Amino acid sequence: MDIGIFAQYGPMLLRGFGITVLCWILGTIFGMTLGLIIALIQRYSPRWVNWIVQIYIEVIRGTPFLVQLFVLYYGGPLIGLRLDALPAGLLGLTIYGSPYFAEIFRSGFRAVPHGQIEAARAIGMAEPAIIRRILLPLGLVSALPALVNFSIILTKETVILSIITVPELMYQVSRMSTETFRFVEANLVLALFFWALVETISRVGRRLEARVTRHLLERS
Amino acid sequence: MQASSVEISKVNKFYGPFHALKDIDLSIPPGKVTCLIGPSGSGKSTLLRCINFLEEYDSGEIRIDGRLIGYEAPGRRMTGRALREMRRSIGMVFQQFNLWPHMTAQQNVAEGLIRVRGMSRAEADRHAAEALAKVGLADKMGNHPSRLSGGQQQRVAIARAIAMEPRLMLFDEPTSALDPELVGEVLNVMKALAAEGMTMVVVTHEMGFAAHVADQVAFMEKGELVAVDSPAGILHSPKDERIWNFLRTYHERNSF
Repeated sequence: MDIGIFAQYGPMLLRGFGITVLCWILGTIFGMTLGLIIALIQRYSPRWVNWIVQIYIEVIRGTPFLVQLFVLYYGGPLIGLRLDALPAGLLGLTIYGSPYFAEIFRSGFRAVPHGQIEAARAIGMAEPAIIRRILLPLGLVSALPALVNFSIILTKETVILSIITVPELMYQVSRMSTETFRFVEANLVLALFFWALVETISRVGRRLEARVTRHLLERS
Repeated sequence: MQASSVEISKVNKFYGPFHALKDIDLSIPPGKVTCLIGPSGSGKSTLLRCINFLEEYDSGEIRIDGRLIGYEAPGRRMTGRALREMRRSIGMVFQQFNLWPHMTAQQNVAEGLIRVRGMSRAEADRHAAEALAKVGLADKMGNHPSRLSGGQQQRVAIARAIAMEPRLMLFDEPTSALDPELVGEVLNVMKALAAEGMTMVVVTHEMGFAAHVADQVAFMEKGELVAVDSPAGILHSPKDERIWNFLRTYHERNSF
């Protein structure tokens, strides 16, 4: 193994990793937000709206992320949607993640005992206050493990953004590989960076989970 | 405290083809305790839940202090705002307590005062503390529900309801989910509330409570209101065979 090439490619790889983390963070935040909006629409809308939302969910879940990105990046200009690689990648990640996040939130909301919602209605609380004060906090706690899990899955979906030339880690690793033919070293770097990222997320997730559930566990 | 009266007339409720409430007529006088008893599935909880419109009734009228609940006029639904306005003065206590587990006892009680009655946090906390003291939980204000016994949780739930200063209290089997040794503390709080002149409607299997605290007892079976009478009239000299059968199985189950 030639350590020297890391000195040469190190800064580039680090920059790539920075873009990967950025894509992951923004893609997760936007995807979660859109997913939450979808889940709330599903909970409070009439049947025909739900039907449309359901079609969206099925289409996005039923197609590969790669295809979605191609359609967005290369097909977008045909309808006047001309985006640079990075914004297109972020939009793609947001759309791709949203139905999964929506399903996670939906099941989180379902885990909130109906009686606790009724108790709020019975004292005359309005629905927006019920959502904000009861449904969201309790639903999010139930959804947290699945949210963390899907966020971890999303970290690895970011490598697909390299296809549309987003200069994230996979993109830089490919470049390094083809320029130096050091495939093993390059992909080892890729694996190590991802392992570090995923490990960090899952640790933070576990601590967060312990924190938010500390009052919910029955005294045994 | 001003106490409400409830007039229930010709109320029907269907779940699909199932006729859950059949032409119910019941008059609930202000400041009195009315107990609803009967076998499970008889419709007593459904009827109770119709009073604050957590359950919709399909026909008939339920009037609280003369005002129709749930409908502007027969067949035309009330707005959400008008319904919330009416619910503000109706307290409800559930079998499963239904406290919000992410809030302390004090926060559970203060929540409605802040969101519904528009109090400041400080003012709501003060009122919540008073309500909790009234149910004997002044020392548990900072506890989350997971750190309270079932009886304590139910007393917090009662405090949450009475803090809103209701004129009518609905109790849906408030002691059915409790261990036997914890039933007494909840019933005592309810007795104190009754003594203050609160209008109370109580779905219960506690015949002792019905016998000693109720002013009237209504017996339901299969969606029908079979009889309404004084506690003694229902529990000691029932005129209807169905009541007699219900009480016999009750006595058999509780004798040793």
